[in-house]
Amino acid sequence: MPGITREEVAHLARLARLELKAEELDHFAGQLDDIIGAVARVAEVADRDVPPTSHPLPLTNVMRADEVRPSLTPEQALSCAPAQEQQRFKVPQILGED
Amino acid sequence: MTVTTDLVSYEDALASYDPVMGLEVHVELGTRTKMFCGCSTELGAEPNSQTCPTCLGLPGSLPVVNAVGVESAIKIGLALHCEIAEWCRFARKNYFYPDMPKNFQTSQYDEPIAFNGYLDVQLEDGEVFRVEIERAHMEEDTGKSTHVGGATGRIHGASHSLLDYNRAGIPLIEIVTKPIVGAGDRAPEVAKAYVAELRELIRALGVSEARMEMGQMRCDVNLSLMPKGSETFGTRSETKNVNSLRSVERAVRFEVQRHAAVLGDGGTIVQETRHFHEDDGTTTSGRVKEEAEDYRYFPEPDLVPVAPSREWVEELRAALPELPRVRRNRLREEWGISEHDMQSILNAGAIDPIVATIEAGADPVSARKWWMGELARNANESGRSLDELPITPEQVARVTALVVDGSLNDKLARQVIEGVLAGEGDPDAVVEKRGLKVVSDEGALGVAVDEAIAGNAAIADKIRGGKVAAVGALVGAVMKATRGQADAARVKELILEKLGVSEG
Ligand SMILES: [Zn+2]
Repeated sequence: MPGITREEVAHLARLARLELKAEELDHFAGQLDDIIGAVARVAEVADRDVPPTSHPLPLTNVMRADEVRPSLTPEQALSCAPAQEQQRFKVPQILGED
Repeated sequence: MTVTTDLVSYEDALASYDPVMGLEVHVELGTRTKMFCGCSTELGAEPNSQTCPTCLGLPGSLPVVNAVGVESAIKIGLALHCEIAEWCRFARKNYFYPDMPKNFQTSQYDEPIAFNGYLDVQLEDGEVFRVEIERAHMEEDTGKSTHVGGATGRIHGASHSLLDYNRAGIPLIEIVTKPIVGAGDRAPEVAKAYVAELRELIRALGVSEARMEMGQMRCDVNLSLMPKGSETFGTRSETKNVNSLRSVERAVRFEVQRHAAVLGDGGTIVQETRHFHEDDGTTTSGRVKEEAEDYRYFPEPDLVPVAPSREWVEELRAALPELPRVRRNRLREEWGISEHDMQSILNAGAIDPIVATIEAGADPVSARKWWMGELARNANESGRSLDELPITPEQVARVTALVVDGSLNDKLARQVIEGVLAGEGDPDAVVEKRGLKVVSDEGALGVAVDEAIAGNAAIADKIRGGKVAAVGALVGAVMKATRGQADAARVKELILEKLGVSEG
């Protein structure tokens, strides 16, 4: 079982927009390795006749009729926004200056 | 900012390379509500007035899929001759961008609802080209961003952005082709014809109006070149949001020329997204994909799998409408017109109005004449589409009926149409109000004919002497005297009769 490397943790952290310190990278690499190792043991007992599960309930086709339900008011929708302008969510600059 | 790009001529590019295309089309469905919540999809609402905890991604909210969204996806899949999955799931596509408040888009990954199909498209000269379909899957639209503080609303240089989430969660179907090879120099035409045919198909299915100008249908164009004779695809560029049929054609053409220039200089194509510019038909570099995108797709745990029963699928298959291309060919034969004429009718958006006018009792020739003539001209001048004109196919059919029974001639019929368009009421009301009736009173007509002969003695003599062609001048005089309300053919007959000349 190949271990989770420091680089992989750094990559994940970047994707998740988390800033990790150097010692945290090592720390999490070890922890993630343990977790993945534990989960991997399932594969030892699950043979090909056991389909992978993504949902605990044996349900399919839960659908909703195409009928309009009340929405929030714009005031309610924006009530938790850190900043707003023109009844819209205001977000910081998306692209940094090149 | 001007980026100059060296291009080689299209002909030279095609002499050395074969283009390979991949087209990704997003269609916004016309459902009343969003894909995973009951928020309305009505256009033109106030910002952020059609959102709820689910489409805002608030903690504790749970999505439930829209049944009509799934049904529409299956219909599209079936019309594209796809297989329909017996069991499939939604997946989370994770990314950080403020247009999606959940920080993921609910999409489908390796289990699309429809896969392995094709769409036959007909080129202008009638040649049929088969475009293979890789998949069609269900997903949701993103919110709308407004960038503030930069030049002309662009994201570059903006100080901040404003988000309206009314669009976030509106059902989308993404339709992806397999690599389109073998189109050669007709690649731009094939791309355009494919998107056009797909649009017709979506409309015929009634699942969306697919108005490209309103963003209800958007196209991404993937293009690469391979040296002639090679079977290894080159590196591709992905031109995003090409949003008109003409732009699809131009984007393909431009990228062929650009790729050929880069490759011809011994350079390499960078895998990147590019932006298309409507104004000059060029593309410029967007985001370079330094690393493969890592969306960490995983099955959506908040939604259960979709397992369309075979009975449902067969029911939907049986209810599919006649496919647009098949219908066009049938109508073309019924109407006895050329491929070219049919193409013009399609381009004008006149097929449905003409069919409806014929169904209301008009003959095909008259129905075509009015919609492709007077009405097309009016629509063009007023910047409207034919179906936006304030005249119904029934009204056009009534006008043709009045012409057939002799109460109107062509000139008067045009005035009636004009009156209907001006809001003066039904054709019969316009005829009444404007006093537009062919003068069929033979007595009154006879007087007018006598006056015309008397007033143009020299011409009358010429006609008596055998120059029958000169009769036009006298007919004109009578038409003028009756203010156009006479039946020109009958006037001609009367004049010749009175002058004792027979035609031919
Ligand atoms: Zn909602």
